Amino acid sequence: MTALAALIRRDIRIALRVGGGALIGVLFFLSVVVLMPFAVGPDLKLLARLGPAILWLGALLASLLTLDRLFMADHEDGSLDLIVMSRIPLELACAAKALAHWIAAGLPLIVATPVLGLLLNLDTLSTSAIALTLLAGTPALTFTGMIGAALAVTLHRGGLLLAVLVLPLSIPVLIFGVAASEAAATGPQTFGAPFLILCALSLVSFVIGPFAAAASLRQGLD
Amino acid sequence: MSIARKAQHDYQDAMSLIDLANPSKFLALTARILPWLAAATAIVFAIGLYQAASAPDDYQQGATVKIMFIHVPNAWLSMFVWGVMSVAALGTLVWRHPLADVAAKAAAPIGAAFTFLALVTGSLWGRPMWGTYWEWDARLTSVLVLFLMYLGLMALWRAVEDPSRAARAAAVLTLVGAINLPIIKFSVDWWNTLHQPASVFRMGGPTLDRAFLIPLFVMAIAFTLLFLTLHLAAMRNEILRRRVRSLQMMQANARAA
Repeated sequence: MTALAALIRRDIRIALRVGGGALIGVLFFLSVVVLMPFAVGPDLKLLARLGPAILWLGALLASLLTLDRLFMADHEDGSLDLIVMSRIPLELACAAKALAHWIAAGLPLIVATPVLGLLLNLDTLSTSAIALTLLAGTPALTFTGMIGAALAVTLHRGGLLLAVLVLPLSIPVLIFGVAASEAAATGPQTFGAPFLILCALSLVSFVIGPFAAAASLRQGLD
Repeated sequence: MSIARKAQHDYQDAMSLIDLANPSKFLALTARILPWLAAATAIVFAIGLYQAASAPDDYQQGATVKIMFIHVPNAWLSMFVWGVMSVAALGTLVWRHPLADVAAKAAAPIGAAFTFLALVTGSLWGRPMWGTYWEWDARLTSVLVLFLMYLGLMALWRAVEDPSRAARAAAVLTLVGAINLPIIKFSVDWWNTLHQPASVFRMGGPTLDRAFLIPLFVMAIAFTLLFLTLHLAAMRNEILRRRVRSLQMMQANARAA
């Protein structure tokens, strides 16, 4: 257990360093949200209506961009080989890395959501609902994205391929996340169903993600 | 003495299933059966198209209902091919069967083509039927996602230089993507969709009239034979392509030495 805790602590510390890339995700999130009114027009009513979708898309793209840092840095300096060869099961190591990545890169997105909601003329109820759905959905994005990151880790030009592989798997999370966010305005009844499915997607990804990522890492590194 | 030798000769002649794992034997076998498969495909297509043309018009849709005879088999096959690739992926990951990689790589573009045709013919059918070429309902969206996954898989195959390493990466992605198949099948039941609910493979039997059901099944068999023919031909090409690659590498090594 201490080995996994050490792995998580190490990953979080590296990610929070200057070149670590955790807060770059938030910057990208901010950029996407700021770009939207320029594209869509400053109509506040329209922005409020599109708000959940814009925030969810921004969070999805931001988490996608930071995904290749999950394994790439470790692969380049050789520590990925050490992790694969160590005594902790590779599935648990992948889960630990994904958890660390979510804490370092996903949580700041959720914290930034209420602030960005102000830019989109969203009221408090909507932004809290969106933040809650992001809290439930970003783990699914990280853990399924980890599969693509593991597949692409040994490819030198794998960045865009990673995005192409991961996006179809993230579509259900996006659908239910936005559905839950938009339903929150109408009442807890309609919010519950998509929100619970979102939680289920995250829970399923906690299991499938590490196993698929470990299998990909094993075949990619030998 | 001669009887014993003949018995031994017979035993060696009989090809067991495991011999198919040998690429040379596979090439020899498929070279023999491919012309027959192609002929069978052409014949069943001729029968199917004739039956489709002579099927009655629908009372509501008129003659446009006949797009169903192309659209539905393509849709069935798009999911079936992913299933074939999943079995091949299991063969790669679990048994390291040498031809499993070849089968998976050869099937991906064919499956993508079937999915594309299903989307296009469905879109052309939707215009007169629903008034729109496209609708973001659950069935159309999930099949579009399947198409994107086919394209991603094809990209992954070509991204890794060594074919056997690419095979294992693609095998993992294929098995992860197989989760989309039940979603597609049950999407019309789980969500309120514009696409109609299941009419053939459902509890309680098909709701299609026999005049449409029989041409549909014949066309489905024809398209399946087409897939089989194209798949075997593509597998032969892939094996030959890998041999060329090995020869080129040997040549490069010899030149360097």
